[in-house]
Amino acid sequence: MKWLRNLDSLVAVLTLLPSVILLAIFVYGFIGQTIQTSLTNWGKDPAQALAINPVLQFVGLENYKELFSGFIHGRFRQDLVNNIFFTVFFVGGCLLVGLSLAIILDRGPKGEGFFRTVFLFPMSLSFIVTGTIWRWMLQPAGGVNQLPAAVGLPEGRFAWLTSRQQVLQFDWNHLPLFTAWLIGLILLWIGISALRNAQVRRGWIAVGSAALLIGWAIFIGPRVQLLPFPEIHGFNLAFIGIIIAAIWQMSGYTMALYLAGLRGVPEELREAARVDGASEVQLYRRIILPMLAPITLSAMIILGHISLKIFDLIWAMTGVDNAPTEVPALLMYVTTFRSNIIADGAAIATILLLLVALVIVPYLYSQLRSEVRR
Amino acid sequence: MRKWLLALAATALGSVSLAQGKLEIFSWWAGDEGPALQALLDLYKKKYPNVEVVNATVTGGSGVNARAVLKTRMLGGDPPDSFQVHAGQELIGTWVVAGRMEDLTSLYKSEGWLTRFPKGLIDLLSYNGGIWSVPVNIHRSNVMWYNPAKLREWGVTPPKTWTEFLSTCATLKGKGVEAPLAVGEAWTQQHLWESVALGVLGPDNWAALWSGKLKFNDPKAIAVWDTFGKVLDCTNKDASGLSWQQATDRVVQGQSAFNIMGDWAAGYMVTTLKLKPGEGFGWAPAPSTSGTFMMLSDSFGLPRGVKNRANVINWLKLLGSKEGQDTFNPLKGSIAARTDSDLSKYNAYLQSAARDWKNNKIVGSLVHGAVAPESFSSQFGTVMEIYLSSKNSRAAANAAQAIADQVRLGR
Repeated sequence: MKWLRNLDSLVAVLTLLPSVILLAIFVYGFIGQTIQTSLTNWGKDPAQALAINPVLQFVGLENYKELFSGFIHGRFRQDLVNNIFFTVFFVGGCLLVGLSLAIILDRGPKGEGFFRTVFLFPMSLSFIVTGTIWRWMLQPAGGVNQLPAAVGLPEGRFAWLTSRQQVLQFDWNHLPLFTAWLIGLILLWIGISALRNAQVRRGWIAVGSAALLIGWAIFIGPRVQLLPFPEIHGFNLAFIGIIIAAIWQMSGYTMALYLAGLRGVPEELREAARVDGASEVQLYRRIILPMLAPITLSAMIILGHISLKIFDLIWAMTGVDNAPTEVPALLMYVTTFRSNIIADGAAIATILLLLVALVIVPYLYSQLRSEVRR
Repeated sequence: MRKWLLALAATALGSVSLAQGKLEIFSWWAGDEGPALQALLDLYKKKYPNVEVVNATVTGGSGVNARAVLKTRMLGGDPPDSFQVHAGQELIGTWVVAGRMEDLTSLYKSEGWLTRFPKGLIDLLSYNGGIWSVPVNIHRSNVMWYNPAKLREWGVTPPKTWTEFLSTCATLKGKGVEAPLAVGEAWTQQHLWESVALGVLGPDNWAALWSGKLKFNDPKAIAVWDTFGKVLDCTNKDASGLSWQQATDRVVQGQSAFNIMGDWAAGYMVTTLKLKPGEGFGWAPAPSTSGTFMMLSDSFGLPRGVKNRANVINWLKLLGSKEGQDTFNPLKGSIAARTDSDLSKYNAYLQSAARDWKNNKIVGSLVHGAVAPESFSSQFGTVMEIYLSSKNSRAAANAAQAIADQVRLGR
């Protein structure tokens, strides 16, 4: 019996081995190599950049320090800000549009199947196709701007993809201050709600850390200077067109997720709520939306990692070298394959990986834990 | 010793056109430029019928995609036999300093090219005592295009200096021309900058900028950005959404008066828009740059360790020959790098450009790879962005100098 079990596990190991080895080399090995490259000076000396056997020197975290504080790397910092604004608006927009569409379709209008296909269809296109179509439609003198003229209104004049306006501006030097305030307030809220639920230890830890952060933000934060000069970043309005195109493409998918969730809400529950005298609005607010929370989380994770890695859509819509609509993924390409500064490109890639990991790893962790529990 | 003898034998065989084997030519000439390349390849086939010519083209204007593919091939140890590259620092700063190219000085001597190509051009191709590629064609960067009929209608003449340009711009704005100067996406704005810089600095200081003798944050170089800012006020606001062709269209259609673009714009207007040089469109050197020819050139070199070395040398000989250049250039819409080409094969614009090529002072283009390595020119977009978002000449100049220091420009 014991022997059989050993054979069983031997077969299991042998079956898994090829994919484990391939993953180890082609995913984790190359991630490791990228991180290693980002700690060298590859490409800083043009003579070594593309030499047959480049002589590389280990420089530690110098490249990262430069990216976050160097004078000429302001473009990277703006790209990072762009990407974060893009993620917030894109994920928010997709969730909102997707949920609305799902609720409408869930109420069973005529031709539901038809509309479901129509809304889901953009997802089958590649971002390059979407980008090209929307690029044409958002031309300053074309498509969308001509729409009002069709009903006799003056033509639109908004420069969808070419605007150089920036809103929500802030100084990069204030970033730690804002971050401390934000995280401090969130922790405070977590702590207070934990105390209310009589989770004393957890509550005090959260409140304590919140007090520490907020105290830092009040007393030390205002004097912190990341850069020796003020550097203004903000949300580039040229991104609005790209956000619209991205939402157009992905909201159908979000709708499908939500629709599946809505269909999973048992009819009895709705009936019971109605019998108890809940209005339709209350029904959604108190019963259905809370039950959709896990779906919202999954959708946020899936959309979030798409938007942090966005590359092809922007490439197709505004090109690879258009600074107002640039994101770190594009800058990585330009830095590595055009400027030949391979170490900086690797550092940008690593930062992107960390950002995506920040979104995905907690999710995977909670998924794995719940699977084990089962 | 045996290897050396073999190489000698192969070269000898090549000269009696018994060359065999393969020749892979890597370029970004597709679409409109495809026929010109094909004519060259056909000529090669005629001379060396036993060589199998492989045309490896990666599309994308100015080689944007081809250069990335080339880098992966070179790093992967699979160099094409000969590849297209902008002559000058784009080749030198990337491939020559990395020790990947062979010196072609002996070829230049044996073919007598040292006297056939202008000295200014040879200087731009040289580095560390060697000459590193064979230029096939010459384009001019500092040309201002206009629509003669519209200029007559508005009652203005092409301005000779940037000061004159700004007053012409004010006149035209007064007549309701919203954007007297047409520009397009990011690189065309950099293209405009190099003409402004050449005009403000003059050819000697322009060259000094790239040899490191003149700093970007020198007051003279900062003044370039001041003028550039004023010139930008004359341009269209939807620029970054337009390709260079669409920017040229604005001039042809009379929405704008001028456009500063390389002379491939002439090819576009003659071939695609069917306009007659001198009637449908007119041209002049960019303001304040008369007497200077800011050139860029496509060239081919000899990578180290290629499989078909003798065939590549034959290819390079063909590229540098009068026959090769006069076959390629009329079709491509450029002029020959040699000064003895047969002008009767070229159209009116190209004839005038060829005359300037012989008489003008020659300087190299930044955007198109002649004077600065890729590590600088591709980061110049960052400098431009700093200027466009802050309109601060000093900040842009400091950024340019910081990048120049980082990439060891001129050293």
